[in-house]
Amino acid sequence: METVKSFFETPSPARFKGIWSWLLTTDHKRIGLMYLFSILFWFLLAVLLGGVIRLELMFQGETFISAEVYNSLFTLHGVIMIFLFIIPALPAVFGNFFLPMQIGTDDVFFPKLNLLSWYLYMAGGIIAIISLFSDGFPDTGWTFYVPFSISTHTNVSTAVFAAFVLGIASMLTGLNFITTIHRMRKKQMGWMQIPLFTWSLYATSWVQLLATPVVSITLLLVIIERYVGVGLFDPSRGGDPILYQHLFWMYSHPAVYIMILPGMGVISEIIPVFSRKSIFGYKAIVASSMAIAIAGSLVWAHHMYTSGMSDTAIFVFSLLTFVVAIPSAIKVFSWVATLYKGSIQMTPPLFLALCFIYLFSVGGLTGLVLGAAGTDIYVHDTHFVVAHFHFTMFGGTGFAFFAALHYWWPKMFGRMYDFKKAYIGAILLTGGFMFHYVPMFILGLQGMPRRYFDYLPQYAKGNFFAGFGAAFMIIGIFLMVINLLITLRKPMDAKADPWGGTTLEWQTPSPPPLHNFVTEPCVLDYPYDFTGVVKKYSKNTKGE
Amino acid sequence: MSSHSDESGKKLGMWLFLYTEIILFGGLFVLYAVYFVRYASDFIEGGKELNILFGVVNTIILLISSFSVAAAITAIQKKEKKMAVTGLATGLLCGLVFLVNKYFEWSHKIDSGIFPNSEKLVDGPVGQNIFFGLYYVITGLHGIHIIIGMALLFISLVFVQTGKITHERFSLAENSGLYWHLVDLIWIFIFPLFYLVI
Amino acid sequence: MKITQALHYFEYKTLFMVLLALLALTGITVSVSFIDLGKFNVWIALIIASTKGAIVLLFFMHMKYEGRVLVFSFLGTIFFLGIMISFTFWDVGFR
Ligand code: HEM
Ligand SMILES: [Cu+2]
Repeated sequence: METVKSFFETPSPARFKGIWSWLLTTDHKRIGLMYLFSILFWFLLAVLLGGVIRLELMFQGETFISAEVYNSLFTLHGVIMIFLFIIPALPAVFGNFFLPMQIGTDDVFFPKLNLLSWYLYMAGGIIAIISLFSDGFPDTGWTFYVPFSISTHTNVSTAVFAAFVLGIASMLTGLNFITTIHRMRKKQMGWMQIPLFTWSLYATSWVQLLATPVVSITLLLVIIERYVGVGLFDPSRGGDPILYQHLFWMYSHPAVYIMILPGMGVISEIIPVFSRKSIFGYKAIVASSMAIAIAGSLVWAHHMYTSGMSDTAIFVFSLLTFVVAIPSAIKVFSWVATLYKGSIQMTPPLFLALCFIYLFSVGGLTGLVLGAAGTDIYVHDTHFVVAHFHFTMFGGTGFAFFAALHYWWPKMFGRMYDFKKAYIGAILLTGGFMFHYVPMFILGLQGMPRRYFDYLPQYAKGNFFAGFGAAFMIIGIFLMVINLLITLRKPMDAKADPWGGTTLEWQTPSPPPLHNFVTEPCVLDYPYDFTGVVKKYSKNTKGE
Repeated sequence: MSSHSDESGKKLGMWLFLYTEIILFGGLFVLYAVYFVRYASDFIEGGKELNILFGVVNTIILLISSFSVAAAITAIQKKEKKMAVTGLATGLLCGLVFLVNKYFEWSHKIDSGIFPNSEKLVDGPVGQNIFFGLYYVITGLHGIHIIIGMALLFISLVFVQTGKITHERFSLAENSGLYWHLVDLIWIFIFPLFYLVI
Repeated sequence: MKITQALHYFEYKTLFMVLLALLALTGITVSVSFIDLGKFNVWIALIIASTKGAIVLLFFMHMKYEGRVLVFSFLGTIFFLGIMISFTFWDVGFR
């Protein structure tokens, strides 16, 4: 095993050296890592922007940024977090790296298309930056609602075009994954032997594929309206601005499942491994992933209760929203049931996964407050909503991203990190998270609207208090990331299977060789069968 | 484990891409459906302004092109290279004629003062503004797809000619054909929605 | 995995018959549009267009030969499109 060269040492295609062996690579692992670093860059940038927003909000009145700049800042924060971080984060980084490995193959089906997606992703990011320096970044919020997005003087067209390009990148990734899963699985691997992370990516990919074009055309229409002025959303010319919202959420609601499904997949991998116990309800989890993907496309208008759409629509979409909550709850139930009576081994990935379950549950349950039309009309567009989606997106997908980083880091880079610092970072992050967003729930219930740089005196205490939470949270994030990054300076020390995982990626050295496996991996009849692992670990008493 | 020989995988990938195209146009059809119901009489008035003849001719042209492209794919599999080249070339030619027609149709409309943001539309009935707005957006987007499709057909034509596409490996031609048929398929719906609302 | 592509194709004659059918349907839809049937005009136009579309799919696009994956995923796409249009009418139809 020692002599195997890792993919770091074997460029693919072999003729490229140095930086070109990365920029022109078709190796899914290298592309995954390129995504990792570009996504981390955007994430950390947007985290700092979030910190700036919070700093402004800590004190009443104009603290240090003007209302205009504030509007651009939260838009930039939202656009980066949504389009450049949370949508691509798990599929593009971990999906790229581990999906082929989990199904026992050596690459994705369309390797060149995969590289193209990365370039589109980068292009989208650069276009977003460009829009910063010409006429100012949009002040519309990440939703680009008409009529404001058509009439504001800021540079909406460029930013919208950036989102359009990023959409194509995401669509192509989905296309690639579906084809890969259908055509390149190891022969022995039937549909019910596919690991749950890959299953969740399969469901996600369908959503990416079918929902993204809707937003592509919607964003194109915004650009067309700005340049040509057809009037399709302009009431004075017969257009209907609410239709923009319909089209926008037809994508963007399914998009929240693009964000969360892979996260749920990660958690479904981590929980059984560290409980040494087969996952509870494998088939129920698979079915709920597909159910979320399908039912998730039926509920988009629950973002529009106050838009002026018909009462019938409010009733129907509210009802359906409650139905969609069921499959998510099934998963939470399965994870908790898996932990029950397992022999739990606490590690940073498990710790983050447990935080995920808690935070995501809070996010999901407050989502029901928003899904119920009666309560939503009261808290719509308040900080309650902001707190809710941070709990789901950040507490959910964001934590899943960190959990995945800590779970697969040894596999990707062949190096183990320091547990203690990881724990401290995670605790700071989670504690700070609670202190930052729980006050926002309360402020929202008290009626503080979102997207304003200033507020009435009665909201001062909560906003001030939340600032400390944000500080802890940001310190925690940087501590965790730095703790991981410094491992790159030490020699490779990680074992092939440091955790006792059962999925195929653990059957190969860390980091894996170019073609992923040294010997043909053997597919278990049931992907989460831990009898072998338990036997191996009980021989050497200290699980290391 | 190599993917390079899996032709039906490539076809699956192409179909997945076609789905995205269907939904892309689907967004516009959502708008059409809503506005049609809201402004039925204006849409009918607008439809009368469009020249059915252009619509019919372009429909026939696209159907013929689809046929000849389909025939070309058959020809490739039957190793009839000449026939394949003829089929693809006919498809390309039809695409060109379609675009020329579109050009005349659009310029005729623009000359008579009907184009987005024109005085006639802005001051006229709002329903007609929406009708022609959608007309320009949808046929414009469709026209772009015709151009992309022609590019694909052209590449296939060259590869058939140089022998890169053979009866053993023809997924590039097959997928270009699929794309072309999809563009035709979308036109099949555009045609009645704009030219036949009488 | 197969090295060569599975050969299945329609003969020229079949394809030509398909073309004729499509042209005939075009003729029908145009002539029907001149008869004023009120609301039904749209539905008839759409039904004929869907028929033509189905023919293109089945023959020109070889859907007739394809396996379950393509058939179901295609139907799924159309289903999603149907949802997009019809669910919007929960709003605009009841305003
Ligand atoms: C340290 C981390 C973060 C801080 C301090 C923070 C803070 C904030 C605050 C205060 C707002 C509300 C702005 C307003 O309505 O006036 C906001 C909005 C938002 N945040 Fe964050 N956030 C953080 C991380 C994240 C993450 C991880 C995500 C996504 C995964 C995210 C996504 C968003 C989005 C989409 C908005 C809405 C922007 C808009 O209204 O258009 N944030 N953030
Ligand atoms: Cu939603």
